[in-house]
Amino acid sequence: MEEGSSMSKFRKGGKKETPAIATSSLPDIVFMILIFFMVTVKMRDVSLKVHVVTPQASELSKMEKKSLVSNIYVGEPDKQYQKMFGTEPRIQLNDALANVSDIVEFIIAEREARDEAEIPFLITSLKVDEFTKMGIVQDIKQELRRASALHINYSARKKVKLD
Amino acid sequence: MSRRKLPEIPNASLADIAFMVLIFFLMVSTMDTDMGLERRLPPMPPPDQIDDDTPPIKERNVFVVLVNAQNQLLVEGEWLDIKNLREKAKEFIANPDDDPNLPEKTVQDIPFFGPTPVTKGVISLQNHVGTQYGTYIAVQSELVGAINDLRKELALQKFGKPYESLDSDQQGAIKDIYPSKISEAEPKKIGGGK
Repeated sequence: MEEGSSMSKFRKGGKKETPAIATSSLPDIVFMILIFFMVTVKMRDVSLKVHVVTPQASELSKMEKKSLVSNIYVGEPDKQYQKMFGTEPRIQLNDALANVSDIVEFIIAEREARDEAEIPFLITSLKVDEFTKMGIVQDIKQELRRASALHINYSARKKVKLD
Repeated sequence: MSRRKLPEIPNASLADIAFMVLIFFLMVSTMDTDMGLERRLPPMPPPDQIDDDTPPIKERNVFVVLVNAQNQLLVEGEWLDIKNLREKAKEFIANPDDDPNLPEKTVQDIPFFGPTPVTKGVISLQNHVGTQYGTYIAVQSELVGAINDLRKELALQKFGKPYESLDSDQQGAIKDIYPSKISEAEPKKIGGGK
């Protein structure tokens, strides 16, 4: 009884509904997150047809200018393409699976799409699955040498240190 | 004229619309920044070049790393675990005691340092066609790491600052002392078939 009387100081109305949470600022919050994402992301420009998990490495450098990078993906074809292309690792250039012999042409096309002044600074990024055998990578490297696209970058993930 | 109040536009659904746009961006975006090991390939030799006009490199100046199809390492003729590769490579490049089995040095004039002995060592990385790419990158990473470690140590010793915060001239001088000489040979059949 005593407790109840002391509490009544704060509980004036006795029976009162809890007020609804104000949602008027919710759009603002969502827009903030939205703008954050729009600023930080880069659009996925190709749909990957091959499965690529890049290897882990400890000594990495960031690629500075993404507009100068052309990507070569190597990995096993995805499940839906395995009927057509088998399970051997394949090369993907732009949107299509390709052969090693298409690389020179691809590099030339990439160069033509760029400003002439930018051509010497073009980087070819090799995004290769970690379980791929070196044979195909070696073939790609030879083709890149033939196309004199010598500046390459082995794409990798930051190694998680366990110590 | 009737002064009717304009009905307000309902904004209850604004949050839903914004969420939809947000989810769209989440789907199409990739957060990862592109990172990787940067390398330069050697240019294609001209077709009419005769191979034998380059002087042969002395054996003590070459650090041979072989990786076979079973992803095992043979470093300088010895089986080695990848964990110990970095130390071994550092020892080779730095050659602190002027060991006659480790690479020679030539004295070069380098800004900030004056005449400094610079190693003539070259790291040669060879792999089998069946080597796994992951292993290859791990080895590359360790070799690059060895050179980076030496550069960092030298930067701290000489300038008292970490390598990253040096200006480009100072970085250049350190790069001259510890050049990144990793040659990637063309594939050979080494150590076991497929």
